[in-house]
Amino acid sequence: MNKKNGNLKLALTGTHMILIYVMVIFCVVAAIRQPAFLSPATIINLSRAAIFTMCFAICEMVVIISGGIDVSFPAVGCVAMYVPLWLYNHDMGVDSVYFFFGVAILVGIVFGILNGILVSIMKLPPLIATLATSSVAAGGLIMILGTREYTTLPDSLEALYEINLLTYVDPTTGFSYPLTILVLVPIILCIVVALVMRYTMLGRGIYAIGGDKNAARIAGFNVRKLQFVAYIFCAVMASATAMIYVTLMHSSTTTALMGEEMIIIAACVVGGCRLTGGHGGVGGTILGVVLITLVQNNLNMLGVPTCWQTFAVGLVLLLGAVLSSVQAKRISDMGKV
Amino acid sequence: MSDEIFLKLEGIRKSFGGVHALQGVDLEIRKGEVHCLAGENGCGKSTLIKAISGVHEPDEGKIWIDGEEVKNMKPMDAINRGIQVIYQDFAVFPNLSVAENIALNGELKSKAKFVNWKSVRKIALEAMDQIGANIDPDIKLERLSVANKQMVAICRAIINDAKLLILDEPTTALTAREVEKLWDIIRSLKAKGIAIMIVNHKLDEIYQIADRLTILRNGKYISSGDIHAYDQVRFTQDMTGHDVVETKYSPAQSNEEVLRVENLGRKGAFSGVSFTLNKGDVLGITGLLGSGRGEIGEALFGLAPADEGEIYLNGKKIEIGSVNDAMKNEIGYVPEDRLTQGLFMERSILDNTIAASIKKYMKRGKLDGAGMEGDTERWVKEIGIKTPSIKPPVRTLSGGNAQKVVIAKWLNTHPKLFILDGPTVGVDVGAKSEIHAILHDLANKGIGIIIISDDLVELVKNCNKIVIMKDGKCSGIIDNSIDEVSLGKLLIGAGGEANE
Repeated sequence: MNKKNGNLKLALTGTHMILIYVMVIFCVVAAIRQPAFLSPATIINLSRAAIFTMCFAICEMVVIISGGIDVSFPAVGCVAMYVPLWLYNHDMGVDSVYFFFGVAILVGIVFGILNGILVSIMKLPPLIATLATSSVAAGGLIMILGTREYTTLPDSLEALYEINLLTYVDPTTGFSYPLTILVLVPIILCIVVALVMRYTMLGRGIYAIGGDKNAARIAGFNVRKLQFVAYIFCAVMASATAMIYVTLMHSSTTTALMGEEMIIIAACVVGGCRLTGGHGGVGGTILGVVLITLVQNNLNMLGVPTCWQTFAVGLVLLLGAVLSSVQAKRISDMGKV
Repeated sequence: MSDEIFLKLEGIRKSFGGVHALQGVDLEIRKGEVHCLAGENGCGKSTLIKAISGVHEPDEGKIWIDGEEVKNMKPMDAINRGIQVIYQDFAVFPNLSVAENIALNGELKSKAKFVNWKSVRKIALEAMDQIGANIDPDIKLERLSVANKQMVAICRAIINDAKLLILDEPTTALTAREVEKLWDIIRSLKAKGIAIMIVNHKLDEIYQIADRLTILRNGKYISSGDIHAYDQVRFTQDMTGHDVVETKYSPAQSNEEVLRVENLGRKGAFSGVSFTLNKGDVLGITGLLGSGRGEIGEALFGLAPADEGEIYLNGKKIEIGSVNDAMKNEIGYVPEDRLTQGLFMERSILDNTIAASIKKYMKRGKLDGAGMEGDTERWVKEIGIKTPSIKPPVRTLSGGNAQKVVIAKWLNTHPKLFILDGPTVGVDVGAKSEIHAILHDLANKGIGIIIISDDLVELVKNCNKIVIMKDGKCSGIIDNSIDEVSLGKLLIGAGGEANE
């Protein structure tokens, strides 16, 4: 009975619940100050804003759970969004969604394998290895292909951009808020990754190597293969996400995504991933991403000047970091059973 | 126990580079017996385990399992033939649930692609039922005590029709009560016909559980036989190759006071502790886990300072509010967990030896390299650290030698008071008596020595005064005219009042 109570208490005051409390408080305050916050338009805007963050965060989460870290995905994403359009604009490509995404994914595979080799075969520390990949990718791109910005989409991507799941027209202002079909990508990604991580030996293996590599090896997991899977998955999904970015933003540059890595890693940590590996999950990561997106995009609703945004996001990260360390300490202090 | 042989090794040899780890080892394990493998650190025990479990292929020699000769054995072959090893660190996953830890290996072996959580739970509950363990299958392993982690490892090992279970030093991190429970589990597995091989070098523990014993020394097979054919003398002789006679320590009487502690206490840990340590005395502090024995050492070294009471060192009242204070007063301290607290494992013997006294080598803004080397070499010789040079990292040394490096580190500070918590945990018999001799020597030179330990034999033989702690209070101070059995009774409070 006592144990049950302890577990319930842990559940109600766990990291996830506290994130939910913070979000609810944020929304209530926003709704009181700005009744317009409660409009469906907010949800549509939020969803659009969260598409990239969500996809990137899931990629990063898988690598973090495996006990690694990948700071190269923004650079890899930049290569993946730039190369297909460069090829197309130099008459070396076809105007097809499959071509653009295919080339992007190919780029992802190449860099994923590179990260895999560096981390699992050459045993470099993942931070240094992926930092090197990041510089090589970003620097190589500028060196070889130049620094143009492509702002007109090829017809096929333009057509993809035009497909909307639904469009909400605000009855008072008459503004219309379209919800792109691409919002399904993070949703499907979350569901698939959640299922794989929970119900397949592949997913459990990634948790296992994040928990204790040596124990995983003794148990018979192929540690090297699992690390490869994590890094390739991360790079491939980041590349596809970069192509989605091009489609939605109508812009492909060599630096568009640079600097994203820290906020993404932070979102994972806020959502309960431990940088030491083995802990975290899709549910928590979603909460982390939603919270950060909420704060990034709706501070003005609370009457906070936009220039405070970075500061506010910083506070959220601080909250997440404190939460997870307090939680870890609580678990270790709870007494061993 | 039957006389049928499950595992037989003959003339196993294995070399790594030029090092002959195993030089012709024979071993016979019968079905359903508890067999103990003993030997000092570095005698080849772990290499032998790895040969049995298929991790290392022997250079020479034959292995029979269940009467059938096995060649080119791989880890998976060993597992399929029912050999399971539980390593010292258990090789479990702290981030996964108890149930998953137990069932995971089986799932992996079956090459399943998907996880069926219902069956995972069922397998785990069945396995725990078999050995009478009662752990919540849904909590994460990081929340378990060492003893329960070990139980999870045992459960995991037995789900795959284990026929031989090998436990590598299973009692090192367990309390006396937990060891009892482990023996119960082992007896129940034995009753099921599972053979058990335990690596252990504590004779009193071996007597409680083992049927037969095999002793290795320097990679060679020394002797094997029924446990009752061994007494302390033969056991030690076979382990070390020479007679280790440890008589009780009795110093020349002296009234020269080194340390006096009066009414020392820290809220929530211990209170009202008083004792005196004269020149030549080796003072033991003992008690059950949680009795406050370790906390006294931490208070004297300023790790967790006392909040009441007085400390006199060489007749002078001293205040110890921090480690810095303790070091200023020339107090040395060897922590219980030397691997994480006492040593820089990746650094050289030299770096470790001068770590606590580096200031004295600072000359005109430069470190005196020759001086550091000279002092380190002197200590290596004086206390007998077995190493080719002072350069190799401490990680490469055996437990006994690593412990000597910790001692050298503090001796190099020339302490007036030297506190050692569990000075010989994980140290084998030979090195143990060497360390004890060093401590006695220091005591005779007038350095106050305090040994905090739960190894009762060690205390009775090496201390001439023993402080017994119970529930945070000193329940008596005795001399060493007592044997370990009656001391054990005093600890749990069953043996009447302590004779003051």
